[in-house]
Amino acid sequence: MALAPDDLAASLRSAFGDTLAEVAVALGEVTAVVPHGALAATMRRLRDEPSFRFETLIDVCGVDYSTYGNAPREGPRYAAVYHLLSLANNARLRVRSFAADDDFPVLPSMIDVWPSANWFEREAFDLYGIVFEGHPDLRRLLTDYGFVGHPFRKDFPLSGHVEMRFDPEQGRVIYQPVTIEPREVTPRVIRERNYADNE
Amino acid sequence: MDRLDYVSMMCNEHAYCLAIERLAGVEVPIRAQYIRVMFDEITRILNHLLWLGCHALDVGGMTVFLYAFREREDLFDMYEAVSGARMHAAYYRPGGVYRDLPDRMPQYRAQHTRNARTLAQMNENRQGSLLDFIEDFARRFPGYVDDYETLLTDNRIWKQRTVGIGVVSPERAMALGFTGAMLRGSGVPWDLRKKQPYEVYDRMDFDIPVGVNGDCYDRYLVRMEEMRQSNRIIRQCIDWLRANPGPVITASHKVAPPSREAMKTNMEELIHHFKLFTEGIHVPPGEAYAAIEHPKGEFGVYAISDGANKPYRIKLRAPDFAHLAALDEMSRGHMIADVVAIIGTQDIVFGSIDR
Repeated sequence: MALAPDDLAASLRSAFGDTLAEVAVALGEVTAVVPHGALAATMRRLRDEPSFRFETLIDVCGVDYSTYGNAPREGPRYAAVYHLLSLANNARLRVRSFAADDDFPVLPSMIDVWPSANWFEREAFDLYGIVFEGHPDLRRLLTDYGFVGHPFRKDFPLSGHVEMRFDPEQGRVIYQPVTIEPREVTPRVIRERNYADNE
Repeated sequence: MDRLDYVSMMCNEHAYCLAIERLAGVEVPIRAQYIRVMFDEITRILNHLLWLGCHALDVGGMTVFLYAFREREDLFDMYEAVSGARMHAAYYRPGGVYRDLPDRMPQYRAQHTRNARTLAQMNENRQGSLLDFIEDFARRFPGYVDDYETLLTDNRIWKQRTVGIGVVSPERAMALGFTGAMLRGSGVPWDLRKKQPYEVYDRMDFDIPVGVNGDCYDRYLVRMEEMRQSNRIIRQCIDWLRANPGPVITASHKVAPPSREAMKTNMEELIHHFKLFTEGIHVPPGEAYAAIEHPKGEFGVYAISDGANKPYRIKLRAPDFAHLAALDEMSRGHMIADVVAIIGTQDIVFGSIDR
């Protein structure tokens, strides 16, 4: 890569100072945590300033941190993670922003900065219920018409709430509560810290 | 992972393995890296052949489809020889690839519809190892690309349907999140294999074709040239792989299973095998985004791990998701018939859009 991760982190710190909650370099990738209030202005500067020039929004990913590490979580639950790519500087940046309210998560829409945010934000809204303020057409994208709930939230059961079948008596497709038992073949387990290290 | 974009199977696996390897800090043996690069390029040809056939079929050319699918059969045979499956290979594993390249190719067997001479003809290029078979293909393939080009490149109807259709400016292409041939067709020389090389792409000698006008015809030309360049990379990989034997998967048994032989004699290896297959890989806490130059564009895997045996969150960044989102903008002001050409040029597979 042309722009080294440490240099990018340093220029982020000097340009934005205290607006960024955190700038970290891990595994060769730079992550910046931006408070939701400063997100829109920060992103616009990241796109336009010559030392950054992130012309492309590669991805927007919703995350629900409520069961992270199998431990009760303090702090906000929902976050959107933006992956930015600068073709001019050949650099990547990850920007994470937490939504303030867990019951009604709201983040500003990036559609004015990068038009590619359109479908990515619709997807995050569909799966997590994160509302992107300023999005002109925030409809569900992947789930069915009339779907209730947001399936990627950690409190949404893996097998869902309803199932669909054809009812021969009524002569149409109906929804009914799920009839299969929830099951887990491989349990989720977190081992001690150096478990995966080779002896 | 294979079923995401079901015409470029191994490339999907590749990004997923890279993400896990980065998180877990696993080293991939150099021979496995060459095998991955070779099969990435085989996959690129596989994908572009399907794209070419279907794109031409969509805008009214029947013949190319038949030729393209003839060559795809040979590529599927390579997949099958190495993994046992024609399409959904599951060949790339975290830490390397499932097994080394086989020494002999499977043969066609006698049937009452085939006489001895036909059978010998069909098996002619299958007498040696898989590498011989691939080399034979790589020798023939540039001629095939010439054939496709005679059918399309100067074809009047093809040019009427594609020249000046779906024009995207370079600035707009970047803003819309385009990657891969869609971006290069607009004249942006951006290819992750060159700009952010992964595996052994920095040792390969190849060129990046770039378009000028950003229309469907330029993107067609870019992809045709990409097939020729892929062929070049495959040849370089064959030469290296012939000369350099070695392990193809990491020796760390927390990630890759031990050999069958060792498991029969060694208690420790048996336990490793049991833990690995009942519990899975324990990935240290952290997050990683691994992107590769997929045939369609940038395919990325964003993985968040909290240290468990299952990922906390995996987000797949599919290139054609971003491309399809721009269909609205690209087809504004065109005829309905041109939408077909634009969908063709975007190279969309729905398996990777709804994931």
